[in-house]
Amino acid sequence: MKNEWPLWEIFIRGQHGMSHRHVGSLHAPDAEMAIKNARDVYTRRNEGVSIWVVEANHIAASSPGDKGPLYEPSESKVYRHPTFFDIPEEVGAM
Amino acid sequence: MYAQMVKSEATQDDPEKLAAFQARIDRGEKIEPKDWMPEGYRKTLIRQIGQHAHSEIVGQLPEGNWITRAPTLERKAILLAKVQDEAGHGLYLYCAAETLGVSRDELTEMLLDGRMKYSSIFNYPTLNWADIGAVGWLVDGAAIMNQVPLQRTSFGPYSRAMIRVCKEESFHQRQGYDAIRKMAEGTPEQKKMAQDALNRLWFPSLMMFGPSDKDSVHSEQSMAWKIKMNTNDELRQKFVDQTVPQIEFLGLELPDPGIKWNEERGHYDYTDPDWSEFFDVIKGNGPCNTDRLAARNNAWKDGAWVRDGLLAHAQKKAARKHAAE
Repeated sequence: MKNEWPLWEIFIRGQHGMSHRHVGSLHAPDAEMAIKNARDVYTRRNEGVSIWVVEANHIAASSPGDKGPLYEPSESKVYRHPTFFDIPEEVGAM
Repeated sequence: MYAQMVKSEATQDDPEKLAAFQARIDRGEKIEPKDWMPEGYRKTLIRQIGQHAHSEIVGQLPEGNWITRAPTLERKAILLAKVQDEAGHGLYLYCAAETLGVSRDELTEMLLDGRMKYSSIFNYPTLNWADIGAVGWLVDGAAIMNQVPLQRTSFGPYSRAMIRVCKEESFHQRQGYDAIRKMAEGTPEQKKMAQDALNRLWFPSLMMFGPSDKDSVHSEQSMAWKIKMNTNDELRQKFVDQTVPQIEFLGLELPDPGIKWNEERGHYDYTDPDWSEFFDVIKGNGPCNTDRLAARNNAWKDGAWVRDGLLAHAQKKAARKHAAE
């Protein structure tokens, strides 16, 4: 396993105007090959107009265990949602 | 608007490439950072998105002014959340501008030394709590008028930033209307404050859309490139038409005796703002220009040791990790 190719995370822009979305990963020796492989693995049926590849060990991720401290604080901030405010119909869309 | 009087940059590119580029835009395709684009398109967008971003950041100052003095804990939490959103909007936009090859520090420095502008509206003071309601209602209302069509702009990163911004912006306008409605329906003194805020902020809000179309000679190229979606007067009219019924619902007097429904046009007539005041504010002579720029310069200066310290710490950690490997 010493010469194993690094893992790359693949992001595809599905159609023009949209963001790139993570679709999966693959192994490749370098970025150029990762793009070529991603083209073969993930866009065989016209799924994309653009590919981004990022070496997996360059991605820092939050851990699932931190879900509580990270996201629960926003649950009590209901006023961030526009529906929190009662807007009378007469004044129109806001 | 949040970006006012952005002059389209001249472009001296291969006519064939230019025509192909324009055809892409006409077909409704999005331009992405790695695509070929005319130099003028790139430069104009850096100016426009940069100015938009600066406006979000400087726009925190007049509202931040009232966070510690909000009348209730709930209003304080709401205002804090709104100002926090503005910081986020600034960051989305700076990142969109950075895809065009300008760095964050360059943009910041251009704001700080006056080479780049932010919206004229933020050079007006927020004198009391009613102003905070009026700012959310009118200033964010005017911003939305411009930002909703910009979701369809031709430059992909700008368009996607606008989509995120618009999703969050409705909260801003609603909290403002809710706050001023509380005052308009309150004691006679409160109602008077609401009226006073509306009167003072009305014309500066109309100025946000930029000079009248007849004096706005730079918009043709930007409209062809779809980085400006409507003319200044179109958006201003739309804003007036939408806002008048909202004023009437509050039971406040119209801030301009010239506002009258025009049956023939199907729109409200209104008095144009004093454009000499607008140009004076743009030039740096508004009531708060000096304060706003000083606040941004101080924040940048006072924050330098934090930025440098965190970077030094990260470099030290990386070196240690490297040594351990």
